[in-house]
Amino acid sequence: MNGVVARLTLRSLLGRRRAILLACLPALLLLMAVAIRWMAGPDDDLAGNVLGHLVAGTMIPLLALIAGTGAIGPEIDDGSIIYLLSKPLSRYRIAVTKFVAATGVVLVFGVVPTLIAGYVLTGQVSRLALGFTLGATAAGTAYCALYLALAVLSRHAVVIGLLYAVVWESIIGGFVPGAQALSVQQWAMSLTQRVIGDQAAELGAKAAVGLSTGVVLLSVVTVASVWYTGWRLRGLRLTGDE
Amino acid sequence: MSAIVLSNVSRWFGNVVAVNDVTMTIGPGVTGLLGPNGAGKSTLIHMMGGFLAPSTGSVTLDDEPTWRNERLYRRIGLVPEREAMYDVVTGWEFVLANARLHRLPDPAGAARTALATVEMTNARDRQIATYSKGMKQRIKMASALVHDPPVLLLDEPFNGMDPRQRLSLMDLLHTMGEQGRTVLFSSHILEEVEQIAGSIQVMVAGRHAASGDFREIRRLMTERPHQYTIRSSDDRALASMLIADASTQGVQVLTQNTKTPGTDPEGLRVQAVDFARFVRVLPWYARERGIRLFEVSPADESLESVFSYLVTR
Repeated sequence: MNGVVARLTLRSLLGRRRAILLACLPALLLLMAVAIRWMAGPDDDLAGNVLGHLVAGTMIPLLALIAGTGAIGPEIDDGSIIYLLSKPLSRYRIAVTKFVAATGVVLVFGVVPTLIAGYVLTGQVSRLALGFTLGATAAGTAYCALYLALAVLSRHAVVIGLLYAVVWESIIGGFVPGAQALSVQQWAMSLTQRVIGDQAAELGAKAAVGLSTGVVLLSVVTVASVWYTGWRLRGLRLTGDE
Repeated sequence: MSAIVLSNVSRWFGNVVAVNDVTMTIGPGVTGLLGPNGAGKSTLIHMMGGFLAPSTGSVTLDDEPTWRNERLYRRIGLVPEREAMYDVVTGWEFVLANARLHRLPDPAGAARTALATVEMTNARDRQIATYSKGMKQRIKMASALVHDPPVLLLDEPFNGMDPRQRLSLMDLLHTMGEQGRTVLFSSHILEEVEQIAGSIQVMVAGRHAASGDFREIRRLMTERPHQYTIRSSDDRALASMLIADASTQGVQVLTQNTKTPGTDPEGLRVQAVDFARFVRVLPWYARERGIRLFEVSPADESLESVFSYLVTR
């Protein structure tokens, strides 16, 4: 970790009007939660549905995409990363810092609202709410690492990330069961499923992989992605306009 | 006292050779890296700054390779060509952040000194986004100087500066060189380079074309043959007088192709060997014979041709 790198990263992630943009999705989630609670009362089935689709399927991947690629992509695009790289700083340290900053943003804008929405929807700090919160934390962490690595790998990280989240995880994963085994969303769902317990499947928290597989794959992807980011930064080619 | 040594360095990108077998040593004092756009200056500076690996050969700073050597940045200050910085912060915050990234013992003191050196103390609390081009350049300079490095690499530092800013940066670079630092800056303008650089390295099309004292290079550039294209009311009469004069080496009458009139250039192409004499006698001859000059233009004054003369001489 490096405090200066963290602060610069957070400032560019949240600066200007970006914080408002990041707050849109959680605000929508909380509004929906309050509306559903007000109209239908505490309802575990509805809560599972909303948290499963809106949080695990949409909000967390999107927030992590914005935070993960945004933590480093714009700096590489405009060349300002040269001010970080022209310092006697370990590249791995820069990578870890960017990863922590991006994950922190997802925790604040994604995970905390998930817990609140779960509480509002179920009327208590239920296993359902906790399960989806834990799942959101795990998924958010792995997505951030993955998207960070993607941002140092390609200038089209946002598009590739969107394709992965939408096409692979949602569409292909919906038709081809095998594709679900390679999906951050499903790995994280294995945690949610374990926390919720026996009723998990009825509440829409059925994971395609087992708990141990999920945890191992999440850890491997996270660590490998952050390590790759650092390694790639060591040899990042900074060509000017020439 | 630090020295950057390049030995037999080449760098290619796919099929394009950006730098071709360059060997040079950059020692203390101010060195100008001169060459037209696309000559490989930026590629060289990127390799010296450790942001690009040479495809072959070696780039070292005090015998240490610059590539993948993060510790070396304690001794290098880098002023990149691109303008982007962390725009949302103020000049002060930016320079201070650079000082902290270097883990200097007194970052605030170092940042104050650097800002004073580039005369940006008064504007330090404004956001970088509000700065003019010259001010941004000075903040970039301050961030490169904040850790007091013995080596300073600047990529096209004078681009977009007004004459006054140019002068003050020249003064600053000059001072840095006097202090015994190794200062290297790139430019495509000879006048910039010769005013401050003690020595000059000329790059053309990826090759190291010339090096040495600026007077030597200036002489090479002005004494080369100049080509002119001339259109007048009587091209052939003018041609006969010009070829009789010692200032020219050759005169060619450009004729129209009768099948496709209007497509080829008309007039004379003159090769002048004594440039100063030629520009004096041409109007004098024309006037004597009552010939009207419609156009006199140098045919190959582009930088590319000036520099390529240096390679082929």
